[in-house]
Amino acid sequence: MKLKKNIAISETGFVFDPTTGDSYTLNSVGMEILSLLKEGLSREAISTKILEKYDVEKGVLERYLYDFLGQLKQYQLIEEDDEN
Amino acid sequence: MGKIAFERPLIQKIQAGLPSKYGMVRRPEPIEDIEGISIESLLKEYGSPLFILSEKVLRKTYKEAYRAFSSRYPKVQFAWSYKTNYLNAVCKIFHQEGSWAEVVSGFEYEKALTNGVSGSKIIFNGPFKSREDLKKAIENDSLIHIDHFDELYELLNLARDLEKRPKVAIRVNMDTGIYPQWDRFGFNYENGEAWDALNRIMISKEIDLLGLHTHIGTYIMTVQAYEKAALKLADLAIGLQRKYKHKIKYIDMGGGFASKNTLKGAYYPGSDTTPSFDDFAEAIVSALMKSEFKPDHLPLLILETGRALVDDAGWLAGTVVANKRLADGRRATIIDAGVNLLFTSFWYEHDIRPAKHLSEHTEDTTIYGPLCMNIDVIRDHIQFPLLKKGDPYVVRRVGAYNNTQWLQFIMPRPPVILIDTQGGTHIIRDKETLETLNHCEHLPEHLT
Repeated sequence: MKLKKNIAISETGFVFDPTTGDSYTLNSVGMEILSLLKEGLSREAISTKILEKYDVEKGVLERYLYDFLGQLKQYQLIEEDDEN
Repeated sequence: MGKIAFERPLIQKIQAGLPSKYGMVRRPEPIEDIEGISIESLLKEYGSPLFILSEKVLRKTYKEAYRAFSSRYPKVQFAWSYKTNYLNAVCKIFHQEGSWAEVVSGFEYEKALTNGVSGSKIIFNGPFKSREDLKKAIENDSLIHIDHFDELYELLNLARDLEKRPKVAIRVNMDTGIYPQWDRFGFNYENGEAWDALNRIMISKEIDLLGLHTHIGTYIMTVQAYEKAALKLADLAIGLQRKYKHKIKYIDMGGGFASKNTLKGAYYPGSDTTPSFDDFAEAIVSALMKSEFKPDHLPLLILETGRALVDDAGWLAGTVVANKRLADGRRATIIDAGVNLLFTSFWYEHDIRPAKHLSEHTEDTTIYGPLCMNIDVIRDHIQFPLLKKGDPYVVRRVGAYNNTQWLQFIMPRPPVILIDTQGGTHIIRDKETLETLNHCEHLPEHLT
């Protein structure tokens, strides 16, 4: 699972997909996750980073992270690894 | 160093549509407190969900309505519409302000008596009054508003049996230019039925005709309809003076004033479109003034408005139960109050807000209640902030009808609290329990 290479992310939370021409907005937690994805971190590593920084229980985060990644997939912003 | 508050992650596609020249704010601002008391602290103390009523708003709204009419007309009387909210604390507040009681059933009649309202200050409306109800109302000198001929004849019989003259008005329905025209209450003006009823009452000489009443509809947003109704009632009253030299004592314009809630399908929010008390008062009073009533013999003007007096004074606070995603990718948020407690969500786009501060991000959300029923929808589509499980929410303007039409379906009903004018909080209706409900049930012996 990794972010498509050509996706542009601005520091203020805007995302641009040059393949489709679609733009997206992110809130701060969404922005954080997308940046970590861009760095190539795995789901588990992202989860650990967010738990360190934000006041949230592991179970709660896992639910929303799973849902968020599902949305990124729906918008075709991430690619699944071959072995998945 | 403390950790940063967590908001659920969000990504939203930017969809540029046509800009709206009306440019209404679509993001519901949080309401964190009521009368200076934090909603989260109330939920902690009294449990979730929770109905909250404000005595200050009730009294202020009543005074505003009374002033609108009394500054235009010399003789004004409000009668509190019990069916809108008959919690005793609410009724008592309106009675303290000077309201009579307007009831529509034997149960409500008893409630008004128990609240200390004298019989002669109870208006008895409604299409069903049992013989026993009518008997009690006659004995207590209450104002009985006759709905149909069967009731009129029952009253004539009772007058003979009790040897006491009932005090009555007739209910009149009419075309006021609005749709739907309500014709199920009382006698019709246009087809002559109202005159038929008046003639029978006057000829019988056994009952006292004190007034004329109409209830033209509910959530009326056109004040002209009231003007027409007042003119038609005045016309009947003047006709009675001419024909029988009988002067009626009051004209009762009923209720039906819209509140500031937004009806489903409405383009503008109710807070922008609902006429003010002054608008309603101006229409009704100017019609009475330009009728043939002599200025020194004006009848008492009675108003039974309920919704517009109480809606703003009620809030329903609660907690988010869960978030999920629907088949089409839309967000669904489940809250702990549904149509069981917010009966009015069948026709209102309820103003639901987060009860704590969140970021400016919103998502197209459907808000469901907790019932195992597909129709349990509080809002179909709303741009709603990113509330997560356990976050508090609050719904504004729920004072009318919800505490009388709420359903005890699959769970007991929550408590209702009142914030008094000094900021003190009081439970005015306990949370129901299994015992409350089992109290009314009996098991046949072979099932015990």
